[in-house]
This record gives sequence, C-alpha cells and structure tokens, in this order.
Amino acid sequence: MSQIDHSEKIPNNVNLSSDRKLQRALEKWLPNYINWWTEMGPEGFQTKDVYLRTAISADTEGWAHFDYVKMPEYRWGIFLADPVKDRTIACGDDYGKPVWQEVPGEHRNTLRRIIVTQGDTEPASVEQQRLLGQTCPSLYDLRNLFQVNVEEGRHLWAMVYLLHSYFGRDGREEAEALLERRSGDSDNPRILGAFNAPIDNWLSFFMFTFFTDRDGKYQLLALAESAFDPLSRTTRFMLTEEAHHMFVGETGVLRIIQRTCEQMKANPGKDPRELGLIDLPTIQKALNFWYSISLDLFGGEVSSNAASYFASGLKGRAKEAQYDDHICLEQVFNMDKIEDGKVGSEEVPLRNAMNEVLRTEYTEDCQRGVNKWNRMIAEHGVDFELTLPSRRFNRQIGLYAGIHFSPAGELISNEQWEAQKAAWLPSEADLTYVKSLMNRSVTEPGKMANWIAAPKQGIKGRPVDFEYVRLD
Amino acid sequence: MEPIRFETHPDRYRHWKLSFDGATAKLDLDIPEDGGLVPGYVLKQNSYDLGVDIELADAIQRIRFEHPETKCVVIAGTKDRVFCSGANIYMLGSSTHAFKVNFCKFTNETRLYLEDMTDNSGIHTVAALGGACAGGGYELAMACERILLLDDGSSAVSLPEVPLLGVLPGTGGLTRLVDKRKVRRDLADAFSTVAEGVRGKRAVEWGLVDAVAKKSNFDEALAKLTTQFCAETAERSGPAVTLKPLSPTREENATRYEYVSLEIDEEKRVANLKVSGPKADTPEDAKALRELGSDVWALKAFRELDDAILDLRFNERQIGLIVLTTEGDAERVLQSDRTIQKLAESDWFAKEILLHMKRVLKRLDLSARTVFAIADQGTCFAGSLFELLIAADRSFMLDVEDGPTLRLSALNFGPLPMGNGLSRLESRFFGTPGRVAELKEESDAIDTERAAELGLVTFTPDDIDWEDEVRIAIEERAAFSPDALTGMEASLRFVGPETLETKIFGRLSAWQNWIFQRPNAVGDRGGLTTYGTPERPKFNYERT
Repeated sequence: MSQIDHSEKIPNNVNLSSDRKLQRALEKWLPNYINWWTEMGPEGFQTKDVYLRTAISADTEGWAHFDYVKMPEYRWGIFLADPVKDRTIACGDDYGKPVWQEVPGEHRNTLRRIIVTQGDTEPASVEQQRLLGQTCPSLYDLRNLFQVNVEEGRHLWAMVYLLHSYFGRDGREEAEALLERRSGDSDNPRILGAFNAPIDNWLSFFMFTFFTDRDGKYQLLALAESAFDPLSRTTRFMLTEEAHHMFVGETGVLRIIQRTCEQMKANPGKDPRELGLIDLPTIQKALNFWYSISLDLFGGEVSSNAASYFASGLKGRAKEAQYDDHICLEQVFNMDKIEDGKVGSEEVPLRNAMNEVLRTEYTEDCQRGVNKWNRMIAEHGVDFELTLPSRRFNRQIGLYAGIHFSPAGELISNEQWEAQKAAWLPSEADLTYVKSLMNRSVTEPGKMANWIAAPKQGIKGRPVDFEYVRLD
Repeated sequence: MEPIRFETHPDRYRHWKLSFDGATAKLDLDIPEDGGLVPGYVLKQNSYDLGVDIELADAIQRIRFEHPETKCVVIAGTKDRVFCSGANIYMLGSSTHAFKVNFCKFTNETRLYLEDMTDNSGIHTVAALGGACAGGGYELAMACERILLLDDGSSAVSLPEVPLLGVLPGTGGLTRLVDKRKVRRDLADAFSTVAEGVRGKRAVEWGLVDAVAKKSNFDEALAKLTTQFCAETAERSGPAVTLKPLSPTREENATRYEYVSLEIDEEKRVANLKVSGPKADTPEDAKALRELGSDVWALKAFRELDDAILDLRFNERQIGLIVLTTEGDAERVLQSDRTIQKLAESDWFAKEILLHMKRVLKRLDLSARTVFAIADQGTCFAGSLFELLIAADRSFMLDVEDGPTLRLSALNFGPLPMGNGLSRLESRFFGTPGRVAELKEESDAIDTERAAELGLVTFTPDDIDWEDEVRIAIEERAAFSPDALTGMEASLRFVGPETLETKIFGRLSAWQNWIFQRPNAVGDRGGLTTYGTPERPKFNYERT
C-alpha cells in the first residue's frame, strides 16, 4: 500500500488504475496543471536539471529519492499516509466513533471549503516566489527554493485528489478554479490575504518558510485529526514534506544571522550595512512582519466556525492525543477582551477558542526557532536578542484588528503607531536596502552571497559545493 | 428597555453613507461592530439589526423627497470582501419572538419600499456587491432592479438560513427568488441549501445575479448600468422638499403629534389612535404646495401616523387593540385628496405624497393588532381617512339624528391599493364587485343608515346602546388569544389575488412565525440558540 506506483502517468499509492473515472478526471486536470506550472512556476528554470527529492513511498522511513529532474517533469502525484487500523474520530460530538471513509452529506460543503482554502495556499506560494530564483544567494539555496516549490505543487495535487475523488462536479470545478486564481491578481486573487503579497527577496522567503509555512504545518496537523480519513491521511503525508520547508526557513535566517555576527565581530564598530550585510534590527523587523501576518492565518480568536469544525470532527487540535478531553463542551478559555481602551480578559467556551489553542502551540514552536537564532547571536558575543512580538501586534484579523499595539503588546494610539511603525516593521528604505543586496544571483557551486553564511552541510550527503542546479 | 425610535437623519446615520453624484445616489453599507441597537451582540461582517434598516428606510424616503435629481440609487458596501452578511444571528438569537417577527416585517416593508420607488417613482436601483452577500444581504440585493456581483473567485451570493440556522430566509428571500427573479425552483432549492452560496458565472446562469465583473472593470460595469438607467429616466423637476422632524410631545402613555395622537390604556391593552384632518385648505398649485413642503397635511399626518404605528408595533407589545378615530373637517380632507391627486399627474412631490400615503396604509394593514374604527359625533372618515375605517377589522358607527357621516373620494377607488393589488373597497366587496362601481356614485355625505345599507360599516348601535356595545366589543376582543387573532386577522384582511407582497408577508407570518417558535430553531439545542456556541444544533427529525 505504501509503495508508490511510478509507472502510472500520475504516480500514486491509491490504486488509481482501478478507478477509471477518477483517473480520467485527473488526467484531464494534469495538462492544465502543467500549463499553470509552466506559466506560474519558477521563471527561467523550467528546462534546468535540479537535484530534487521525489517521494517514492509513503513510509516515514526512506520515502524519498534524490536525483536530477527538470521541474515540469517532476513526479507530482497522489500519496496518502498509510491508514491507521480502526482509527476513530479524535474530537467533537462524535468522538470515538469510526472515522468516515466517505464524506457525510451533512459536512460536504464545509469540508470542500476547508480543502479548497488549504489547497489554494499551495499554488499561491509558488506564484509568490516565482521570480526569486533570479537573485539566489547560492546554488544550494536555489535548489531548496525549487524543492519547496515542487512540493507545494504536489500538495496542490493532494488537495485536488480529494476534490476530484469525493466532491463530484463541484469538486472538479473547484480544482479548476485553483489553477485560475493568481496570487496578487486584483481580479482573481488567492483566497487568503497573506498569499497575495509578493515575496521578492530572500529574507522574506526564509521568513515565509519559517513563519507562514509553519502556520501551514499547524493547519495540516489540525486536519490530520479530521474524522474524514482521506483528508487525515493526505495531510499526514504532506507534513513529512513540510518539515523541510521549515528547515529551509530556519537555517536560512540562521545563516544570515551567522554571517552578520561573524562580520560584526571581524569589523568592530562598523555598521553592518556598510559591509553589505543584513543588520539584526532589520531581521527583527522582518520577523515582526511575517510573524504577525502569519498569526492572522489562524483566523479570529473567538470563532463559531472553529467551534463547529471541532464539534463536527472536521478539524481537531494539533496532536489531539496529547489532550485529555476531546469533547471540550464544559471547558473555557481565558481570552483578551478589549473594552474602553483597555485590555481585560473574559472566559469563552473552549470550542470557540480552538483557533487560539492552535495559535498558542504555533507561537511556542516559533519561539523554539527564535531561541536557536539567539544562541547563534550569543555565540558570537553580539549584544542583541530577537524576540517574537506580542500576538496583538500588527494584526488585521480577529480581536486586535483595527487597533494598534506595540510589539510589547501595549495598546497605543494611532499617532503613536504612525510615529513608531518604521521602527517596528520593514520600511520602504529597509526593503530597498535588502533588495539592493540581492540584485544578482550567485550560481558558482559552493559560492555564497556576501550576506549569508554557507550551510553546515549539503543535501543528502552531497557537499556544499555540489552542482545542485545545472544552469548550462 | 429604551423605546425604539424610527426617526433619524443622514447626519446621524451610523451604518450607511449616503452620497450624491449628479443623478446617482449611493448608499454605502458600513456597519460598525459596536453599532448595535441594544447591547449584547457585535455587528461583525456588515451584519445588520433593526437600527441599520431604520436608517435605510429613512434614506430611501429622503432620496424620494429631498433629492428629486436622483434617477438611480446604487447600494454598495465599503468593507473589503463582504457586502453584507445578513441579519445578525446573535441579535436574532437573543431577541424575543415578537421582536424577531416585527424585525422581519419592518425589513420587508423597507425592501418593498425600495421596489415601490422603482415601480412608481421611476428611480432605478442597482446592488453593487463587492464581496460576499449572504441572507438578508442578498434579500436586500434582490429588492434592487439589478444585481452586479464581483467576480473574484470568492464573492458569492447565498441564502444560508436553512443549512446554517434551521430557519427561513425570513425577509422575502425565497419568494423573490422564484417570483421576482424567476429562478427555476429546482435551482432555487439547490441554492437555498448551500451555505457558501453561488459565485461568478454560475450565479449569472442561475439568474441569481444579473451580471458579474472583475475587480478591474467593476466600476466601469457599474457606471454603464447607472448611466443607462439615468439616460432612460425622466427629470423630476422642481425643488427638493426637506422632511422636517416630527417632534411629537411624549408624555407617559401618550404621544401627541400635530395631527395624530396616541394614547395607551395599559390596563385594557388598548391604544387610542386619533387622526385629525387638515386645519386649512391644501394649496392647489404645485409651487405653493412645494412651499409648504413637509408641512402639507397629507404628508405630515401620514408621516405621523406611520411613526405612531411603528411605535405601537415595537414599543407597546402588550397592546392588542387599536381604536381608531378621526376628527376634523371632511370637506378639507376631500379638498386635499382632490388636490394631491390632480397635482400628482404632473408634479413629483404630490405623487410622492400619494405614494407615501399608500405605504402608511399598508403598514396599518400589516400590523398584527386588531383595529376597530369608531365613527361617532365629530368624526371625519372621509376620502383618504375613510381608508382607515375600511382598513379596520371592524367598524362601529353611531346611529343618531344628525349623526356622523362618511365621505368617499377618488382616492378610495384605486390610488391607495393594499398589498394584494386591490383597493380596500375592492377587497371589502370581493364577492360583489358591482358594489364598488355603485359606490362611485356616492358623492354626498353618507349617513349611518345608508352606510350600513351599503356595507361600509360593521355595526351601527344607537345612542342608547352605543357605549356598552363598543365597550363590550373591546373587552371581548382583548380576551381572545392574541396568536389566534393575529392569524385570523391576517387571513381575513387580504382577500383575493396573491401578489409578491402578500406572498412575502403571508409566508413570513405563517411559516417563519411557526419555525421561529419550534424547538429546532429556538429550543435548548435549536439552530438559533446554538449558533456561535460550542454546541451544535440537535434537530428533531420528525416532520409534520
């Protein structure tokens, strides 16, 4: 079951060849997908050989194969994690009953919406990053970018498989629409706001893969608990790939910090910007920005949708098994309450606070990464500490939207916000500076752009100076 | 609880932004979350409560009277990604049954007012939906002539009440879908059960909207519609009329306007509603009429009556019976009727007055209270005021020498129809239509004996019995079940043909009243009760 059949036009471990109808539907979708990839995928590298990993099995051990592949020929396909025997519903009113192998009619529309919304983020990020390859800091990073891109593409496949398989004609139309929307297009934008902002520099890319992809991880963890088993199995396998994206983000930022600190130490008293480096305050501002917009992706603090998803077992908490109570009807959650210009608190039913529960876990996970970055700074004896801003800072969605808070979480006036904004979030000047460092690509194997340190090791035992992308 | 007031002014609007650009008026919906009429709910996502509709009704009224240059009204929203998400569910969930039904009724009347503005004043309406449009938001859009929807892959129109809440699209949504927009009923069925609604091309194919446009050419598409509408609409010449505040004097249990007084008898659960005729003759040329403006009797008296009816509906829940009386000079009422009707042929202001009278009388027809009209000495049930008497469920006329008389005018024969499309006289004599033609010949004062003979009044006690008869009738009425009376009166008032309007209100008062009382909606685990709470609704699946 876990072996992937690569002899098929669409590699899969769902025995696609025995389902002629589904096969036809997906084979019809495939050329449209390839068109989309050619048009919206990484610009300028479609014919190049890239050293990519491809899933060959859905086992957690040894599931990947590494080799040179031209991206449009990447073996996208449908891979589900192995079924868990006698799996039961992990949360909500139907807790403990057998999971569903088919979509219950009652939840059909809601599930479709959840899957479409998740699915829409996958091609969106490919579109957001499509020009980044032209300013890469190294071949190693270029390859990582493409690895992330093709896997986002495969995650789109995973969601499209569910739409085609379980949602009939509506599902097929939604699958088409996933290829029609375009990140940042005012006429036909991606569904979630954060996926319409361009990612036009590598600092943003690393921050995105660290913060925004991590939101994706938590959404997938929550969906992995779904009572709809095919969704759960699909997302569980997606999670194995997602780990690499966060690795790219975490080590990417870490290497920038390392380079800056090394150079600061070697050139005491010098402004890092004079040395062509990304200074730590600028990194802090980028962190503030990407963390806060990623927090928005979790949705409102108090949410009737979240309560209903949990109650109907469509979406659980991350690693639901770690909790004792899976019904959560009696428990309450302490939530901020903004009233008369003050932050107080109120109790809300736990089910309505599920977005916040997920966000809390996310925040802790982010903090672990930030701690690693700070250890790097401390190792170099630089007196600076990166911090996650308050969850209230710079929010556009939920309880704190439309009100201003400092990074420390204090309620401030519009005037205070306007006066301080440039100190807290990347200004035009900051972005222009960062982009000025990335005005060309570094493509000689083993060479790094001035503003980033080399990675500790290469990919899959290959050296750092391996030719990860063949450009000639 | 603070009484709800229905008078407002654009200067005080909290939810709508009314702006004018040449012949086009724009109404932008922008509801502040903390803008609820009463505490206890947050108006998220441009969801509305009664306060929002009070402003809308006021805005439509003001466009008609104060902005004669307007040829097209655009209803749009200023919030990103959402036009209007409908009636606020937490508001519905926390409201009493009576309030819910009255709220639905008022919003319906407002939507019909919007449609009346197009049908009779020729002012066109376009709903420009720049984002999601759900439930009552879509019903509002359907009340417009044309619906333009943003085609951005996510903006949809929807009626999610059935799948989401277990209630009906309560403001005429279902009726407008099939009767007005003529959406095929199977498609309407599918549409009304999909919570997320229908967007883009499919919304056009199904007839749910008239057109879609991408963001980059949305304004252009809208401008094309409004330009076309403006081009095909005649000018409404003559200066605007400012609607002055009514400024009634409010005492405990009594409200006194210039021409209307409302006295509440809490113990008897009776409201005494008295309307007075004009104190002077109505100017017979358009210019002089315009100078009087909102002080013209026919406009002012009916505005006051409207305000009093709404006050009764929302603030006097215990009152079951309205005792309607009139006083004044019948000749002056008839002179007003003649003048307004004559001028209405050429002057928009006079026409608007007439249309407004029609609407107020409909409001009375639709009020879920018993109405008794009492014609005793000094009464003035003449012409337009005679409509009040036959709008009543029963009438009493004193039978004495030199007693009260009734007078008819041309306004009783068509210009002030009921929701069923018939005049009140046609409705009254539905079984004997010839009688209406005969009545046109009755140009003189009609005394009690003659009124009884013609079937214009119900009972005609003489002065020996009068007080007792009337008192007993009132006391008897007050003892019946108010629910039974509501159903009975609503069934009897609207005879004859069904119209969009009667269907909307008929279904509203029957189906929604029923559903709003059922455990599946308002029980411990009902759809409205559990909405937004951690619990999911639990339905009793037994069908009647």
